Amino acid sequence: MNKNAKLVGNKDLSEILFEILKNIIIVVFVIACIYPFYYVIIYSLSDPDKAQYGIWLWPVDFTLDTYIMIFERNDIIPAFGISVLRTVIGTVTSVFCTSLLAFLMTRKEMPFRKVVYRFIIITMYLDAGLIPWYIVMKTYGLQNNFLLYVVPSAISAYNMILIKTFMEQLPESLEEAAAIEGAGFFDIFFRIVLPLSKPIIATISVYCAVGQWNSWRDNFFLNTDRSLKTVQLILREYITSAQKVAEAMENNPALAQQLGNAVQITPEAVQMTVVVITMVPVMLVYPFAQKYFTKGIMLGAVKG
Amino acid sequence: METIKEKIGYKRWKKWKYFLLVLPFLIFVFAFSYVPLFGWAYAFFDYRPGKLFWDVDWAGLKHFQRLFTDSSIPRILRNTLVMSGLTLLSSPFPMFLAILLNDVKNVKIKKFIQTTTTLPHFISWVVVFGLAHGLFGATGLLNQLLKVLDIPTLEFGLIGDKNSTWVLQWMLGLWKTLGWDAILYMAAIVGIDGELYDAAKVDGANKLQLIRHITLPGMVPTFLVLLLLKVSNVLNNGFDQYFMFWNSLVADKIEVLDYYIYNVGLKTGQYSYSITVSMLKSLIGIVILFLANRVSKKLRGTSLV
Repeated sequence: MNKNAKLVGNKDLSEILFEILKNIIIVVFVIACIYPFYYVIIYSLSDPDKAQYGIWLWPVDFTLDTYIMIFERNDIIPAFGISVLRTVIGTVTSVFCTSLLAFLMTRKEMPFRKVVYRFIIITMYLDAGLIPWYIVMKTYGLQNNFLLYVVPSAISAYNMILIKTFMEQLPESLEEAAAIEGAGFFDIFFRIVLPLSKPIIATISVYCAVGQWNSWRDNFFLNTDRSLKTVQLILREYITSAQKVAEAMENNPALAQQLGNAVQITPEAVQMTVVVITMVPVMLVYPFAQKYFTKGIMLGAVKG
Repeated sequence: METIKEKIGYKRWKKWKYFLLVLPFLIFVFAFSYVPLFGWAYAFFDYRPGKLFWDVDWAGLKHFQRLFTDSSIPRILRNTLVMSGLTLLSSPFPMFLAILLNDVKNVKIKKFIQTTTTLPHFISWVVVFGLAHGLFGATGLLNQLLKVLDIPTLEFGLIGDKNSTWVLQWMLGLWKTLGWDAILYMAAIVGIDGELYDAAKVDGANKLQLIRHITLPGMVPTFLVLLLLKVSNVLNNGFDQYFMFWNSLVADKIEVLDYYIYNVGLKTGQYSYSITVSMLKSLIGIVILFLANRVSKKLRGTSLV
């Protein structure tokens, strides 16, 4: 494509038009993708009283008071902890179980391998629906139970296909050599196949982690216990329930003194700050993990 | 174990060992993916929470008949199809974005664009709702802007405006998926034979002609796959988005099937009716996917799934 340079001399009108349109569309879209994030961040860092009369480019009267006030409340930090826990435990569980299953599925000697494989793959297209899921999870005793976050998601058929496809491309000779040395099934899995599958494992882990961090439905429907609340659900409460925000803003005398009563906190400021707290973990890992995301979608494309 | 090994022979033991190892996984998959399907049986009963299977009353086809008399269904279907239709309408957009992105020559800028435009894909609908609340809520940026410009503001913001619901939800969905879907097409562009471009250039083709005659046709297979998958999902708009943005002011326009299933099921406790609706939705989805797969086989010679 860099041979296009040759064409510079005889660009016609349509190409100039294309160039202009291209730049406009891309710039507009990039701004549309960044600005909402930027806006809530500057809002959360501004003096709430001034922010409510309109800010759009820079924070006005930079302050961290809204953050201090929110962290003083006893709901965000525990919920943040639960979210981190479910992300870590859920990701490790799912990646381990799914890759072990994927490795098993590469064993050609396994009896009924095709049937087993189909049995698992079909689940990607079966969706029992909300109520059957709800009833079954309840029956299994997963209501108001942390395990609800990490157990049902332990195996993902789709990820299993991706990992299996990757493992099948690994050179067989290493494995054979190890087997001759007397390595058993688990030796081969842990010492050879798993380390060699690092690229795909990393990609899947990042996906799982983001998925875990973002999920809230299981929490909303079944884990109504306050101690199991995740940060996503807390955010939803802050935005939809005026009462919750009012509670949050209720004057905490000790805190008011500490802040010197200088700042009048508004519901909007509270809400924007909780949005930032909820999205910050994803935004922090995102730039580093982005290459894995892109890799993942390519793998999916190859499979499709 | 030594005895079993000796009895059935080492080779056989090795074979069956794999099966024994995979068995717990199969039980797990059965418990979490297949067992819920048995819940569909409740479509023929009057399920009440807390009652055991043998205690529930037989309902026959009552819940199926109700589908035809339920006055909400036409409205729900309308919203579902409108939202899916709009999504289908915008399905070529990622392809166009990919063409534009591919034309950005500076690698660093290109990477920056990709990073920023795919970010919305990775945040939850809860956060999207939070962002939208800040921008389009009653006290959001848009209303402040309207005030400054002396244009009458929307009392409850765009989020509470019934007339803009469909377009707003469409735009939010597009915002969240466009950059990500474009990456798929970028992969398709990379796969196009570079010699085609060289040959066309020798023949004097300009940039637009290259796009029109080489890049676009090169992306058609990917486009068709995604289109067919989208078609098979016409009844599945997803739950998160519509649940988050639901409020009583826009309920009329925003309640899609996935929301309705939740609404009649967990919100108002009509479990069996909700199961009936979701079961039919799933079955229709599978049938459409099956048909789409056959279309794909005919068109491209390869199957979709």
